Amino acid sequence: MATKGTVSGVIANMVTLKVNGPVAQNEICYIETGGDRLMSEVIKVVGDNVYVQVFESTRGLKVGAEAEFTGHMLEVTLGPGMLSHNFDGLQNDLDKMTGVFLKRGEYTYPLDNDRLWHFEPIVNVGDKVRSSAWLGKVEENFQPLKIMAPFQLQGEYTVKSIVPAGEYRIIDTIAVLVGEKGDEINVDMIQRWPVKLAMTNYQEKPRPFKLLETGVRSIDTLNPIVEGGTGFIPGPFGTGKTVLQHAISKQAEADIVIIAACGERANEVVEIFTEFPELDDPHTGRKLMERTIIIANTSNMPVAAREASVYTAMTIAEYYRSMGLRVLLMADSTSRWAQALREMSNRMEELPGPDAFPMDISSIIANFYGRAGYVQLYNGQPGSITFIGTVSPAGGNLKEPVTENTKKVARCFYALEQERADRKRYPAINPIDSYSKYLDYPEFDEYIGKRISDGWLEKVNELKTRLQRGKEIAEQINILGDDGVPVDYHVTFWKSELIDFIVLQQDAFDEIDAVTPMERQESIVDRVTDICHSEFKFDNFLEVTDYFKKVINLCKQMNYSEYKSDNYNKYEAELEKLLAERKTA
Amino acid sequence: MTTKAFQKIYTKISQITKATCSLKATGVGYDELAVIDGRLAQVVKIAGDEVTLQVFQGTNGIPTNAEVVFMGKAPSLKVSDQLAGRFFNAYGEPIDGGPAVEGEEVEIGGPSVNPVRRKQPSELIATGIAGIDLNNTLVSGQKIPFFADPDQPFNQVMATVAMRAQTDKIILGGMGMTNDDYLYFKNVFSNAGAMDRIISFMNTTEDPAVERLLIPDMALTAAEYFAVQKNEKVLVLLSDMTSYADALAIVSNRMDQIPSKDSMPGSLYSDLAKIYEKAVQFPSGGSITIIAVTTLSGGDITHAVPDNTGYITEGQLFLRRDSDIGKVIVDPFRSLSRLKQLVNGKKTRADHPQVMNAAVRLYADAANARTKVENGFDLTDYDERTLAFARDYSSKLLAIDVNLDTTEMLDVTWGLFAKYFHPEEVNIKAALVEQYWPKD
Repeated sequence: MATKGTVSGVIANMVTLKVNGPVAQNEICYIETGGDRLMSEVIKVVGDNVYVQVFESTRGLKVGAEAEFTGHMLEVTLGPGMLSHNFDGLQNDLDKMTGVFLKRGEYTYPLDNDRLWHFEPIVNVGDKVRSSAWLGKVEENFQPLKIMAPFQLQGEYTVKSIVPAGEYRIIDTIAVLVGEKGDEINVDMIQRWPVKLAMTNYQEKPRPFKLLETGVRSIDTLNPIVEGGTGFIPGPFGTGKTVLQHAISKQAEADIVIIAACGERANEVVEIFTEFPELDDPHTGRKLMERTIIIANTSNMPVAAREASVYTAMTIAEYYRSMGLRVLLMADSTSRWAQALREMSNRMEELPGPDAFPMDISSIIANFYGRAGYVQLYNGQPGSITFIGTVSPAGGNLKEPVTENTKKVARCFYALEQERADRKRYPAINPIDSYSKYLDYPEFDEYIGKRISDGWLEKVNELKTRLQRGKEIAEQINILGDDGVPVDYHVTFWKSELIDFIVLQQDAFDEIDAVTPMERQESIVDRVTDICHSEFKFDNFLEVTDYFKKVINLCKQMNYSEYKSDNYNKYEAELEKLLAERKTA
Repeated sequence: MTTKAFQKIYTKISQITKATCSLKATGVGYDELAVIDGRLAQVVKIAGDEVTLQVFQGTNGIPTNAEVVFMGKAPSLKVSDQLAGRFFNAYGEPIDGGPAVEGEEVEIGGPSVNPVRRKQPSELIATGIAGIDLNNTLVSGQKIPFFADPDQPFNQVMATVAMRAQTDKIILGGMGMTNDDYLYFKNVFSNAGAMDRIISFMNTTEDPAVERLLIPDMALTAAEYFAVQKNEKVLVLLSDMTSYADALAIVSNRMDQIPSKDSMPGSLYSDLAKIYEKAVQFPSGGSITIIAVTTLSGGDITHAVPDNTGYITEGQLFLRRDSDIGKVIVDPFRSLSRLKQLVNGKKTRADHPQVMNAAVRLYADAANARTKVENGFDLTDYDERTLAFARDYSSKLLAIDVNLDTTEMLDVTWGLFAKYFHPEEVNIKAALVEQYWPKD
């Protein structure tokens, strides 16, 4: 019999219950109040007193209200039919909800049990299978989805029967498996998985090495992220975190994109709802929405569900990874999730850590980032979850617990800088402070050498060195004045400005400039490097400034033109002419 | 507040702090209202049979044997068309001497709008102030605060914006507003003959601080009535949200919560977001736009209140006194409207985005030139021209006393470009220069 409880105390969304039986940490229960059933999660147990966090408003909740435990943790329901859907943090389908306002206690089913899918078997009768084995496939939005053996399966099973190719509902039995002891399992297309447990249904997790192309030059060229890699973007408000995240989610070369809007502005989610169905995926030409799932827990939605939302998103990502797909997961912003943890920890009167965050914030963040990665499935196929989170540091100060703890685990760091944003140098990623640890992986070096060209990393390194040198000279000019430094200094400075304007700065709102394929990035880098290696003749600094402004302008016009189009060639010819005028070597 | 016959009266208070009282009571709901010694209070904690009440007016003079009656409902407001033109206190009671409002009783601080039922904001709100319309265009359904030091004329600018904006209702929520400022707003509204479009919920500096926690929810509950039921465009003015946050800090402190940054409660972000996220554009045409004020201390935007606000709102507006022209301007560098690209060049003339960027870029060049002057370096001819441009741009466009429509603003800017620069210096697409560069 299910355990029951009665409410004995309420503070905001933390409720204490007296229970009459066993309960598990993180178990889900429903509290009845005024005809609503409020979903809640166990966060602490003291004797028969159980502390739960309620995923809804607790207004009007009284002592004595009854609660019923479900015997399971917070789960998601997985199956075909999730792509291009909008869920809340608990995986309720937002489009199925009635009315303009969210109703307390309204939970909607995330899948569609009536829809028919064209199923094709992969295994044959008599085949041996384990948990997560691919039994068959269906196609959703042109994405080949696998129907897998139940994730919970222990040991080896034999396929007793499998349905022939045809149209089936997700609740139909498509296969029967028999265990070693003769136990039979009917398999349909639905899987359930508790969100706070990592799925480990893969053989091994090698170091990731394949470039994940995002079309953003200051990422791909300077500090690349890889398939199955992790990265984070901290930045004060107004530095373009969200624009950058949206750009990555629009352009990245991934099969599935999951966007967790965690405690952020509702209008930003509306922007995705409005734009993604119209925009094309640059890699397949299909509509972006077809590969996208949105988990929306905006800042005004219940705070406990905010914490759940990032786990829900990660679990859905793991589901697609087990099918051998490349998943990109974006969470905006992980700071809001940490704040949700802080609110609960505070209500439970736990001793606080730095900035009143819970003491275990670092391990929570580390465990979460650890669920991303590039894996080799049991059948030898690769699959990946690339995770990029944004961090909203309080006061723009990067020495705060969420930023610091994230820095320990994320391999790429994209520091958005107020000063660059103020000067409208977008994306405002600071090229010197930011890093990608993947640049140090020999696997990556080998891969990128084949994908682009040998010596690519040396070129990238040179760009970085020149940017740093340019910054140093800018400071000297500021102190000594334009006339106080040799003309050479001005030339070196303007070469670094050329790199900044042409490689780093990119117009996210321009149709052409917004996305730069890797081949074009290589050509831009080669051109800029060539100019940097050239020597020019100048008599004074004013000549340098004028000349480089013209060079930058022409390179910029090329960036805005379609690659190798007539316009592009015209500007290229003009540039060659301009360079020939002053070049001495 | 008369008590009803079946209501149970408690008379034994076990604990009193400056803002809260605790007593033993049963059958009490969370968030429920109570009357204690004639004052309104709200349930903020239940632990077994011990209930903690937050007393809005403060607990001064409350005896341990005071009468406590629970009302069985959360704070609420009666909504109907009768709200229009009326002035209320934080409890939604009239303070203008008029009769009580009849209408449906709605609990304040109600549920959030389902994000998939929102529409992307796309309607420009014209204010005539070029520092706003040209550089930081407001859009209906947006939420945006003024970040201002207490000595800056933010209330005046807000009143001007409210009077010029094409809206159906203007709802003023005053939190810790001085009585003088309150009378100023009242005056502006009545002089403009706009009284029938105004609804005001007011907590002045003379009223108890904790009462102001009710103001934003009252104002937004009224706003939701007009936006949802009547499909009206509602503009909500909230001044000042820093006072609101201070009241939150007082209550959380009395409840022994561990403070986070700047002594603010750890839930500050969620508390503020719940208010600001009520800004919405509905597909049916109704909308709620929020313009708020967050006062700063010495311009410090890293303080927890402006910092959290900046992450929630869709931009922020900064005012600054420009010593060159001796007027207050809307600062083009630090101000930002995140929704402007939804209307710029779409609802306004096509050259708007480029003209705006070019002007700000030239203004930034002027700032660089000024630094050169300060450091004692020589100015080039270009530097001199940017400085002259900056003065004109500041007084003809950025100053808060400007009143133009957006097309005029664009023409004025083109005029300034032509006066001081050559077409190739402004970096605007050739086709637009061809069309708009003044010919004579």
